[in-house]
Amino acid sequence: MTDTTTATDAGRPLPRTADNALLAGAGEGTRVELRGIVKDYGATRVLHGVDLDIAPGEFVSLLGPSGCGKTTALRVISGLERATAGSVAFAGTDVSRVATNKRDIGMVFQAYSLFPHLRVIENVAFGLRRRRVDAASARRRSGEALDLVGLGHLADRYPHQLSGGQQQRVALARALVTEPRVLLLDEPLSALDAKVRVQLRDEIRRIQLRLGTTTVFVTHDQEEALAVSDRIAVMDAGRIEQIGTPEDLYLRPASARVAAFVGLSSAVAGVGAGNAVTVWGSVLPVQGEAATGDVEVLVRPENVRLVGEGQGVAAVVEESTFLGSIRRTLVRTDDGTLVRLQHPAGERLEFGQRVRIALAPVPVTVRAAD
Amino acid sequence: MSGLLAPSRATRWIIGIVVGGVFAVPFVATVLYTISSPDGWTLSRWAALFDPELAAKYRPVWTGLVNSLTLALVTVAIVLFLFAPTMVLVSLRFPRLRRAFEFLALLPITIPAIVLVVGLAPIYLQIGRTFGTGAWTLAFAYGVLVLPFAYRSIQASIDAIDLRTLSEAARTLGAGWPSVLLRVIAPNLRQGLLAASLISVAVVLGEFTIASLLNRQVLQTGLVVINKQDAWASAIFTLLALAFAFLLLLIIGRAGRVGAGRKNP
Repeated sequence: MTDTTTATDAGRPLPRTADNALLAGAGEGTRVELRGIVKDYGATRVLHGVDLDIAPGEFVSLLGPSGCGKTTALRVISGLERATAGSVAFAGTDVSRVATNKRDIGMVFQAYSLFPHLRVIENVAFGLRRRRVDAASARRRSGEALDLVGLGHLADRYPHQLSGGQQQRVALARALVTEPRVLLLDEPLSALDAKVRVQLRDEIRRIQLRLGTTTVFVTHDQEEALAVSDRIAVMDAGRIEQIGTPEDLYLRPASARVAAFVGLSSAVAGVGAGNAVTVWGSVLPVQGEAATGDVEVLVRPENVRLVGEGQGVAAVVEESTFLGSIRRTLVRTDDGTLVRLQHPAGERLEFGQRVRIALAPVPVTVRAAD
Repeated sequence: MSGLLAPSRATRWIIGIVVGGVFAVPFVATVLYTISSPDGWTLSRWAALFDPELAAKYRPVWTGLVNSLTLALVTVAIVLFLFAPTMVLVSLRFPRLRRAFEFLALLPITIPAIVLVVGLAPIYLQIGRTFGTGAWTLAFAYGVLVLPFAYRSIQASIDAIDLRTLSEAARTLGAGWPSVLLRVIAPNLRQGLLAASLISVAVVLGEFTIASLLNRQVLQTGLVVINKQDAWASAIFTLLALAFAFLLLLIIGRAGRVGAGRKNP
């Protein structure tokens, strides 16, 4: 959560330049509302009444493990799947019965989806041509959309001549050139390697902020979601578990499931008593769902500290990873619990070294012990 | 891609010459047969085919050829406009039906033509009443006959692309189903559709049993008729049919290469 400069800009519209028609024509975005979306595949219910309200121009991520229903929810918004019950509305108008090709959306898929028989520029122009824009203007506007993703010079290539990252950039330009009401991103980065993934995700966010297009982004990568979203909906087993800003989810998770899924945490045994929990001899306030009796306390690496003799509990260093400005160290306490902690890189811990650790006095999330 | 397994230039030439030689022997022998005479070489038998005075004699073959070409055209249309869209529909919307569909499509290859005719005869009685007895109606039977061959080549093309993602991408971009089929799917199945068309034409031009038993005049039945009167003419027509097939192969191969060129320039 150190490099989220884009996230701090969230919600503040950036100045739009007039050098690009796509940017000059940028609107204020469209409100998207999901009401009680239920989706069954045969006897299996994959969405159990999902409600989601997305403000115009907002960037919302659907985050969750595979099979949680996030992609199905996105496909219901796109119209590629029809909900068993519930409604989808764009700008207050119910579009539940409107066909995908009439919904005026832009979508980028996980799999490479450029048309192999068309050049890059023809791929981008495809949506405009379907909207009966004449060839010359379609070509000009497509060129501008390609410039926006920094690939204007590759307009005459074929998709197979591009790298994976470039293909997804073209797919983004193709989805945006029609100035869709909603931009839907279905794990567009998961097929790319780590470096390109970070680059492209920041670029998607930068372009989205400039265009002000309402965007729904599906991902299983919490770091991705935290970095770019205005709000994140954490999904689990076909339900939205919690929806909030990245800071909300990280600092005030509503449940242990959210805490475990967003950010790193270690599970430590404690004893709960309503709104307080006793861990390693100190009493900490509980946030979110309370639990009584034997509980597991989820602690963030940055809230575990190295302390001097006579304080906290004893532990042995298992491994220590250098991450630039910080070090992340895994220690095993004497009762066998593995705990991850984060400390300045200057403090070098050796494998097998004995240390003492304690928790910072911040609210923690708990769950009943199994 | 020119990896370790690629044979050397010389090896490729040797393989090419040997294989070409094997195929050339019957071809060359037939050519020699049609132009040899006790007095040396002659082209008179070839010229005779186009002699207006002998036109009546060769009419069955010419009629058969025209009928066969019409049938080829209608059969290709059935493959392209009925069978191919059905296959796309099955892979996109009813993937569970794929195995059953494959079984059904491959079935004709296991049924001898003579058995097919037994079932087709009463059907053609009805078709005759509905559509008349025009030569083209045989294309309904041929459409079934070419299913196994068309199926394999089209399915190979379908498997080579991500049909689902491409059609979903096109739909999110505002394309309706006709547009998806014509502008996105068909161009990407081009090679398979070309191969299916070619093989359909070849099957139709070579078919004898069904046409003969249903008393239709097609190229092959015409050749049999002529063969009884003039063995040389039959050989010449066979050569012409082969040349036509080669020409077709060449055209389609060229078209295929243009397609491949766009993918791998």
